[in-house]
Amino acid sequence: MATNVQNIIEKYNKDKTRLMDILIDVQSEYGYIPKEAIGQIANNLDISHVDVEQTLSFYHFFSEKPTGKYAIYLNDSVVANMMGRQKVKETFEKEAGIKFGEVSPDGQIGLFDTACIGMNDQEPAALINGRVFTNLTPFRVKEIIRDIKGGTVVEDMFTAAYGDGENRNELIKSTVQNNIRKKGPILDDDYTPGIVIWKKLPEMTPEQVIDEVKKSHIRGRGGAGFPTGLKWEFCRKTKGDKKYIFCNADEGEPGTFKDRVILTERPKLLFEGMVIAGYAVGATEGIVYVRHEYTYLKNYLENLLQGARDRNLLGKDIGGIKGFDFDIRIQFGAGAYVCGEESALIESAEGKRGEPRDRPPFPVEKGYLDKPTVVNNVETLCSVVKILLNGPEWYLKFGTKDSAGSKLLSISGDCKYPGVYEVEWGFAVTDILEMVGTDIEDVQAVQVGGPSGSLIGKDEFARTLCFSDLATGGSLIIIGKQRDILNDIVLNFTDFFIDESCGSCSTCRNITHLMKVKLEKILDARGVENDINDLVEWGKILKVSRCGLGQTAGNPILTSIKNFRYLYEEKIQKDKEYDSGFDLAESVKDSCEAVGRIPNLN
Amino acid sequence: MSTLIKFKIDGVECMAETGAYVVEAAVENGIFIPTLCNIKGVKPRGSCRVCTVLVNGRPMSACTTPVASGMEVENNIAELNDIRKAIIEALFVEGNHFCPSCEKSGNCELQALAYRFQMMVPRFPFDFPVRDIDASNPKIIKDHNRCILCKRCIRAIKTEDGKSVFAFKKRGRQLEINVDPDLGELFTDELAAKAAEICPVGAILLREKGYEIPIGQRKFDKEPIGSDIEKK
Repeated sequence: MATNVQNIIEKYNKDKTRLMDILIDVQSEYGYIPKEAIGQIANNLDISHVDVEQTLSFYHFFSEKPTGKYAIYLNDSVVANMMGRQKVKETFEKEAGIKFGEVSPDGQIGLFDTACIGMNDQEPAALINGRVFTNLTPFRVKEIIRDIKGGTVVEDMFTAAYGDGENRNELIKSTVQNNIRKKGPILDDDYTPGIVIWKKLPEMTPEQVIDEVKKSHIRGRGGAGFPTGLKWEFCRKTKGDKKYIFCNADEGEPGTFKDRVILTERPKLLFEGMVIAGYAVGATEGIVYVRHEYTYLKNYLENLLQGARDRNLLGKDIGGIKGFDFDIRIQFGAGAYVCGEESALIESAEGKRGEPRDRPPFPVEKGYLDKPTVVNNVETLCSVVKILLNGPEWYLKFGTKDSAGSKLLSISGDCKYPGVYEVEWGFAVTDILEMVGTDIEDVQAVQVGGPSGSLIGKDEFARTLCFSDLATGGSLIIIGKQRDILNDIVLNFTDFFIDESCGSCSTCRNITHLMKVKLEKILDARGVENDINDLVEWGKILKVSRCGLGQTAGNPILTSIKNFRYLYEEKIQKDKEYDSGFDLAESVKDSCEAVGRIPNLN
Repeated sequence: MSTLIKFKIDGVECMAETGAYVVEAAVENGIFIPTLCNIKGVKPRGSCRVCTVLVNGRPMSACTTPVASGMEVENNIAELNDIRKAIIEALFVEGNHFCPSCEKSGNCELQALAYRFQMMVPRFPFDFPVRDIDASNPKIIKDHNRCILCKRCIRAIKTEDGKSVFAFKKRGRQLEINVDPDLGELFTDELAAKAAEICPVGAILLREKGYEIPIGQRKFDKEPIGSDIEKK
């Protein structure tokens, strides 16, 4: 083993900033990170044992214990549950003879829960040794476990045809479906890779590029909506001997999967966008940070990067522009939602825990390895190519006055046609419901922007998607009348934030948990009116958290109280002003049983 | 050459050197902004959020935010003080803090802040987590019951060649401080004493020492935390 680990360490030149890659390779090789490997890595990288452990223990897909020859990670997000996860889970447990969180005694099968894996339009879904299995049914699970017991390799376990488009590419071979339901400027088939690099860039100065982007009024597509041109200008003006372009492809917001489709169908558009950004700000290296769940795209994407190098779309003197050097590498994550926050993403790419940084300074001043860095969303970078190709005036024709352009929506939940829709900004929620084939009468609520966004009810369906009304990173989950909003949606999302908190800042670590305890008290019918008011008050404490995760962690509870307060009111005790929530009978149950006594609670 | 700039805290005109953090600049002007994870001379981290102030109306951690000319800082206002109090209460219920039996009582910054904010009983239910006391190190005892995860030890204690002795392990509610088994063995008396000193609570204690200063004569026994700053 020592030799294998040594080879991995040396593959990354004993560089401590590549600790993530080293751990990913070791985990993939052994199914866990053995104790001896931790010491070996620490010694070789000249860092402390605890430094290796702090990165290792942070990420969901790293493990210090074996995860089984077949490590099965079943999505436990809201939509997976809507689509029948419970039966699938029970079948896995029954057939494998173990519970979730366990590894079978023979070391063959490990069953684990995992947060949304970006397959909401084809749930229930699971990752098995990094391969995606979609549309699971109890029948399918029995086949899978039978195959595992027969020793079939994961790649041969698929029974459905490979998915559409590039999903059937030799280097992907996946049954994942794109489900592209509506195309716009980004998903448009009419695109010649490299056209802007060859035809436009040589005739433009970096300042002119920034100017065109500014004129298009494009704002960041990750959710925060910062003007892209301005970000590039800041980075260009910051002095630095080296600058970096990051693409944030760590889409982890439950319900979002549009970046997966872009990475599958339009990766060349994305890479070209990064080259343009590099030219504009004067960067020489680009890093695409891709979430771990999309590892099945690794060989495909790396092959495309090599192809781009061969065609002089990456490398030296790109597009014949003397002195313009730029290359791209792919950095995979290892399971941490918080890494979608740009500074946490940078920390992670440096081999560390994904803890958000304090700002200021912002990444454009001090980013990756403390150098000026631009972090842009996948969709933003793709849009920029089309802006330069067709001009800002063309782009401004799409969308609304304050929100130019198109937006890719990931739509899932209780609807007929889940999938990716590229629409113009300004679509109303009612338009969307019609578009996806849902009868508005059947809809109870829509979760806009994922758990960190808001849960809205019927009286707000006339609102429109744009930065000045319903700003969103693009996740829409449609919640039918039959769903129990508090138990099925709000509790699940709150648990998600608790699991995904980095824990470094005290408000996010503590208050979200305390709000969940209070929510459970209400769900247990022990709540009173004041408990609802407390939740609203406590939610304000979260707003002083360091990063967006903490600041929005209370949103599932807060927006459901705002828009569905009656659901809380129905559960509370009307005749009581105070209830400690303490159940004396329950608390003494075990001890009473042990000594065979009937408790006298009066 | 340092340049002085003007800014305001709660409407009071203040002066500070460019680049100074709001917390430090406030001290220079005799204004106390409560802090917990911050320590002088070490890069700030903004972990505890106790020093949250409003900078031009937006919540920011005062320990990590540099002052800027014309900045309007709101500090001693009811809305913020209640949030600070809540943060401290949440830290109390998160761990197991039994002040009367704690060696740090009177020198403890968490306890002192609770007094300053007149915490009677936390608004949150107690968690009473089951946590370990790690006494494997020859020089220090790490009591996880009292640890508030402020990161001070991680940031301030390094070996001579700059390696980490303390580090975080896990994340979220499972987050804990991990002491390096090899490097921790090599603790000098000086480094161990520094670790115990910078811990704001009683989570890092020196072995075979205790109660050198009697309770009643300790740092915060006579005056509330922050009084020294406000007297300036």
